[in-house]
Amino acid sequence: MTIPALDAVGAGPPDAAPAVPGPARRALAALTRNKLALAGALVLLALFAFCFLGPLLHPTDQIHTDLAQAGRAPGVGHPLGTTDLGYDQLGRLMYGGRTSLEVGLAAGLLATLLGTVYGAVAGYCGGWVDAVLMRITDAALAIPALFLLVVVATLITPSKPVLILIIASVAWLSPARLIRGEALALRSRDYLHAMRLMGGGGGRAVFRHIVPNAVGTVLVNATFQVADAILYVAYLSFLGLSVPPPAADWGSLLSAGITYTQVGHWWLIFPPGLAIVLVVAAFNCLGDGLRDAFDVRPAKG
Amino acid sequence: MIRFLAKRLTQALVVLLLVSVLVFVLLHLLPGGPARAILGVQATPDAVAHFNHQQGYDRSLPEQYVSYLGRLLTGDLGESYKLNQSVASLLAERLPKTALLAGLALALAAVVAVPLGVLQAVRRGRAADYLLTGVAFLAYATPVFFLGLVLILVFGQQLQLLPAEAPQADTVGGILAQAPALVLPVVTAALGIVAAFSRYLRSAVLDNLAEDYVRTARAKGQSNARIMARHVLRNALIPLATLLGLYLPTLFSGTLVVESMFNYPGMGLLFWNAAQSSDFPVLLGVTLVVGVATVLGSLLADLAYALLDPRIRSVT
Repeated sequence: MTIPALDAVGAGPPDAAPAVPGPARRALAALTRNKLALAGALVLLALFAFCFLGPLLHPTDQIHTDLAQAGRAPGVGHPLGTTDLGYDQLGRLMYGGRTSLEVGLAAGLLATLLGTVYGAVAGYCGGWVDAVLMRITDAALAIPALFLLVVVATLITPSKPVLILIIASVAWLSPARLIRGEALALRSRDYLHAMRLMGGGGGRAVFRHIVPNAVGTVLVNATFQVADAILYVAYLSFLGLSVPPPAADWGSLLSAGITYTQVGHWWLIFPPGLAIVLVVAAFNCLGDGLRDAFDVRPAKG
Repeated sequence: MIRFLAKRLTQALVVLLLVSVLVFVLLHLLPGGPARAILGVQATPDAVAHFNHQQGYDRSLPEQYVSYLGRLLTGDLGESYKLNQSVASLLAERLPKTALLAGLALALAAVVAVPLGVLQAVRRGRAADYLLTGVAFLAYATPVFFLGLVLILVFGQQLQLLPAEAPQADTVGGILAQAPALVLPVVTAALGIVAAFSRYLRSAVLDNLAEDYVRTARAKGQSNARIMARHVLRNALIPLATLLGLYLPTLFSGTLVVESMFNYPGMGLLFWNAAQSSDFPVLLGVTLVVGVATVLGSLLADLAYALLDPRIRSVT
């Protein structure tokens, strides 16, 4: 009997307008209003279609090498030429894009999830718990993410799931800080006092009240996290610490192309490089648009 | 001010201690422990046990941490597995070169970003603002190594204007003597920071333009240029000090990639080579030094901020 009452309190801050549309609605409304965000969303849609549906229109063999076809310039049959091992570069771009997008999305979302819970707990508990938890993030943030990533990736040979875990284990720090700030502001709200008076515990406060109320911040941060995670995948591949061949991602395609800059094999460099720029810029545009929609203050360190 | 200083220093010390714990934990995450990393997978269990006893790895973890910390405090970072040299002496060789690269990149970024940000704020909503915003968005999304590659292709190979390899010299002076070879690495490291700084400066200048003191200055008949230089820019530049501190990790990550790309003989290249050869003492030594530099950098930035803007001291 007490539960519906609690939920009614948790449905929204008492000082807010009675019928606030849900986060999905507001995100959708933001997309239709904000042209930049819409452009970002469309570009992302196109890139996902390219990577996951593209192979249906342009089927290629991305497992077996074909040295007879190696190093061809763009032309009939190979619109973007072939790699040094004879893979069709257009097909490779789709195939590698899957890794980049899958790992980037999964790692970015996992990092957001971990960081949200950690930050909400720290902010809600306050006091020494908060102090201890936040000093730990301070210490981990002091070491640049890329250095931590390289150390961890050297310790463990990455596969896709491992890569996701590695990146998430480093990237959760900034959402943790951000959500902690939100939680700190939310914990002294009247509806949380009311919940405590009715006997609600810490777990309920964090998951039913603080996290749902910080959903705008979480959602906006998630888009930036995914963009960052895609860049991290690329950096790790560039440094030679990503999924081993014949698997590929946009970063490893690019670093494979570096060897052939001297002989002018531009098609090995510009397509994967531009793909990374495009996907990261699109996620950032989307995040910017959502930030306006949710009226979230820019992240500060 | 004394209280602010004391509080901030204690905080930095605690974080430094935690950084050392983190690096220590990473050291002990090694698969099979450091013994396997040095002696190889073929080593007999006896050899591993002997090595562990010799190095003190068979003692309890807290005990090991205390002796690790003790060695750190005397500047002993261990020996490289591969380079037959102490990690401390390797770092002493490489750190000044990375500091040079990072310093030049930061200086270039600031020199370019300030006028760009001001221009965008003054031309808000016009074509120049939109164009520069778009460029900043793309620059922000461009991985450092792709940018470096494009610069090498254009300036190193097509136009043959600049060398595509960084200076190869033993001393900082020797590196500076080959200035043309420094251009591409420094520009590559700077561009991402330019994008971030100019975005920041644009909004800071816009915020300050809306302040009352700007209206007062206008009412007194001051010229726009004078208002910008004497009032707006001064206030907008203060938080840039903190931003510099916050960007140190980004800057270090950038130099890691730039150094391995252009074969620049700094700490990043050392780190990258150590990663390729599983040289863990070097990897962890560099990680520790970068962490400490970041903590000290943000401490300095905060102190500079407090010195420049008295309001901060009472707030924090």
